[in-house]
Amino acid sequence: MSKSTREIVIPGQLVGDLKDFKPGRGTIVENEKIYSNVLGIRYESPPYINVVPLKGRYDAVMGDLVIGIVEEAMSSSWLVDINAPYPALLHVNEVPWDVEFGETEKFLNTGDSIMAKVLQVNIEKKLQITLKDRNLYKIRGGHIINVEPSKVPRIIGKKGSMIGILKKYTRCRIFVGQNGRIWIDGEDKNVALAQQAIHKIEEESISFGLTNKIEEFLASHGQ
Amino acid sequence: MKSDKKLIDENGKRLDGRGPDQLRNIKIEAGVLHRADGSCYLEWGGNKVIAAVYGPREAIPKHTQNPLKAIVKARYNMAAFSVDDRKRPGPDRRSQEISKVTSEALEKIVLTDQFPRAAIDVNIEVLDAEAGTRCAGLTAAGVALADAGIPMRDIPVACAAGKIGAENNDGMFSGGFVVLDLGKEEDNFGNADLPIAIAPRTNDIILLQMDGHLTFDEFEHALDLAMKGCQEISKLQKEALLRRYKSDVEVEE
Repeated sequence: MSKSTREIVIPGQLVGDLKDFKPGRGTIVENEKIYSNVLGIRYESPPYINVVPLKGRYDAVMGDLVIGIVEEAMSSSWLVDINAPYPALLHVNEVPWDVEFGETEKFLNTGDSIMAKVLQVNIEKKLQITLKDRNLYKIRGGHIINVEPSKVPRIIGKKGSMIGILKKYTRCRIFVGQNGRIWIDGEDKNVALAQQAIHKIEEESISFGLTNKIEEFLASHGQ
Repeated sequence: MKSDKKLIDENGKRLDGRGPDQLRNIKIEAGVLHRADGSCYLEWGGNKVIAAVYGPREAIPKHTQNPLKAIVKARYNMAAFSVDDRKRPGPDRRSQEISKVTSEALEKIVLTDQFPRAAIDVNIEVLDAEAGTRCAGLTAAGVALADAGIPMRDIPVACAAGKIGAENNDGMFSGGFVVLDLGKEEDNFGNADLPIAIAPRTNDIILLQMDGHLTFDEFEHALDLAMKGCQEISKLQKEALLRRYKSDVEVEE
């Protein structure tokens, strides 16, 4: 494994031996050997060996903060697209407003965006989300851009380092949903710069020292 | 239906100049479509195939959902202009059969239990046909699935072998050669065709069909030949995927 890049693996590729590692995410075990099951990047984090996918849908995890777009208002709930394989259910009991039966459309309607939290994922992968928490609300104004959900940790950076730099240089309000949707609000010029930076992060997400590179980029293009 | 042309000469040289165990030229490119989750363009001799993967997404209609695992819906379609005589567009008996066997082959490979109630749609479009399109389609579908980031045991790959050049004496066939990857004339005027698909890591067979007659020994030989062909194509698939994503990794410095 070279130092400048991380190793890309493809489905069915041998990534380790059961003697040396425990199988982590994105792997399958056959005959005491660990194989990748997805196109991704091989990470060793002893005792586990993980393959982090390069692409793919958002795999909802309980407690994740996500950005959703309302698909349909039903009489006592909403169906919300959160970029997962299935629409998520938002029940009237899970919103901070007092909604009369059949009047859900007055509060949220098709096409509205919300910041929400994943409340529950059951074994059938049925999803429930909630708006009852701090900083969860209906989004008004700003822009939403989409990135690969697997790139979200890079956009946030270690302990929020990357997102901190983005906010500092672009002076935008930014919220990164775990499902790969990013909300940006600010002056048009700054929003455009933030978008460029985010696309740069997405493209070069595998290289080392990315945070510094993005800081340089923002410093040279800002103002 | 008998051709005057000899499909293979005494030295084992075929019409297009290939030897008995030689594949046609294959070119694979991953990630060619922007709107699809994963895609692949493949040229295999005169075949030109494009495969697109969408999903996993909720299976519609709802009664097709499986609460325990995802379903794989492959759709094989030949363009009207893909053959010499215009083909009547739309699904026919042949394409329905190929769609079905392809779906079943891919379902064995994809880790479907990770996406209960979902569907993974695989659209295989044949733009130009020259024999062996089901193999080309399945091979392209394998790359497109990997490109879509769908968890799989392996990257499926398909290849055909067959028998050509047997003498026909009043319905009794004798002689003939078992060869790899039949071309157009070989498919039309040959004696047998044996397309297979495998999981190249374990050599598990996920699709096997046969058209025509082979003796048991010939069958074994053809299967062996097709397996070797699959392994060769598998390498090309992997190269195509790595080529597509290496450029994302190697950053200018």
